[in-house]
Amino acid sequence: MPEVPREPKRGNDSVPRTLLVALLVSLVCSSLVASAAVVLKPLQVANELLDVRKNILEVAGMFDPEGDINELFESVEPRVVELDTGAYRDDIDADEFDPEKARKDPDTSSVVPPELDVARVGRRANQALVYLVREQDEVTRIILPISGYGLWSTMYGFVALEADANTVADIVFYSHGETAGIGDFVSKPGWRSLWPGKRVYDGEGELRLRIIKGRVSADDPLADYQVDGVSGATLTGNGVSNLLRYWLGDHGFGPYLDKVRGGGPS
Amino acid sequence: MRSVAKSALLDPIVDDNPVTLHVLGICSALAVTTSLLPSLYMCVALTVVSSLANASVSAIRRVLPGSIRIIVQMTIIASLVIVVDESLQAFAFKTSRELSVFVGLIITNCIVLGRTESFASKNPVGLSFLDGLGNGLGYSVILILVATSRELLGKGTLLGYTIFPSVADGGWYNPNGMMLLPPSAFFVIGLIIWAVRSWKVEQVEEPEFLIHEVHRTEVH
Repeated sequence: MPEVPREPKRGNDSVPRTLLVALLVSLVCSSLVASAAVVLKPLQVANELLDVRKNILEVAGMFDPEGDINELFESVEPRVVELDTGAYRDDIDADEFDPEKARKDPDTSSVVPPELDVARVGRRANQALVYLVREQDEVTRIILPISGYGLWSTMYGFVALEADANTVADIVFYSHGETAGIGDFVSKPGWRSLWPGKRVYDGEGELRLRIIKGRVSADDPLADYQVDGVSGATLTGNGVSNLLRYWLGDHGFGPYLDKVRGGGPS
Repeated sequence: MRSVAKSALLDPIVDDNPVTLHVLGICSALAVTTSLLPSLYMCVALTVVSSLANASVSAIRRVLPGSIRIIVQMTIIASLVIVVDESLQAFAFKTSRELSVFVGLIITNCIVLGRTESFASKNPVGLSFLDGLGNGLGYSVILILVATSRELLGKGTLLGYTIFPSVADGGWYNPNGMMLLPPSAFFVIGLIIWAVRSWKVEQVEEPEFLIHEVHRTEVH
């Protein structure tokens, strides 16, 4: 059988040319992407910080759309709390403390025992940042960072308690990836307005605050400890109940809140 | 030459619209159009990516090996999309949160790859840039129409400002919640396609087969 001579590939389609073009395109594109990421990073970090501060101001009841967020934030007092003991750690500078970094570092965090990890947080930093709002030196609100798993995503937010460390003043979730249109009720103002005045612990010190199915009935003796759920988003609602149970419980801010009720942590 | 450039830029807006004629880019048109503001950002993002991708692909079209041309086009598009996404996070933080993954998904928007492959790889840089711009604008026109009708009928607002005061706020308008759900974007796009094809009858496609003739054996 006569051999059909194969046409040698020429010009653009030769192997060295193909490799060269692929290499050059990758180099140009990767340097474009890398420089955009590096140049814009400081702006993005500043935006995120500003967003977190805005949310803290909102639950503090101090947000003013006209005002400068960083300026307003000056009057909120951040403190570092040792979670196990509930005492303030004034030896740690609250402005320098990075909770997310502390959570990832094995030296400053611990694995949450699975039986306690109802909010699926995985690891927990040994310390946490709380924010205090004062009026004439009296603490009027205590703002605690909360996070936990809903249906799809970890939800991040803040809950503000009144000075009695038992009444909810406000709650906000600033970052989550729950189902748009259903599970994202956690970031809607209507649902948020159900929270002020709700209570966390009953007379026995039992943590009762949770989200129920459907609407809270006013005759229910536990109505003060319950918040409306959203049908179709039961698992997101359970996620919120669980993260409150974790962060307001013994493994979260429980010891700290005990100290606040007992006259203030040292 | 001038009229070629003009038609590269203007044809995609109605006569050769990527959404209504080619029915491309439907996924994002459905996802981001619940309100007008994120849609506007999405339009700008897509138009920037589409025109720059067209210009870049056209610039290297003579040295681009046929065997790897699609992956090279994808690499260029993906890089541009990342740059746009990072810029949104830096300069329009709140809207970038609302758009979430959909800016990233411009990479898979068939309008962009469709234009680089079918137009930019055969035409000069300037003309390709105009074609990308035109197609971006064509997509934007549809997106803005869909978002305007969805936000107005679904919430009674435009860009967040109240147009129809809702019953809940003591007004007269009862917002149609269905307009905020994804299927309504399909309905609105369908109505727009119907309207455009009634106006520009030449866009109506020949039926691929006739149901009655196929089923009635006596015809054959």
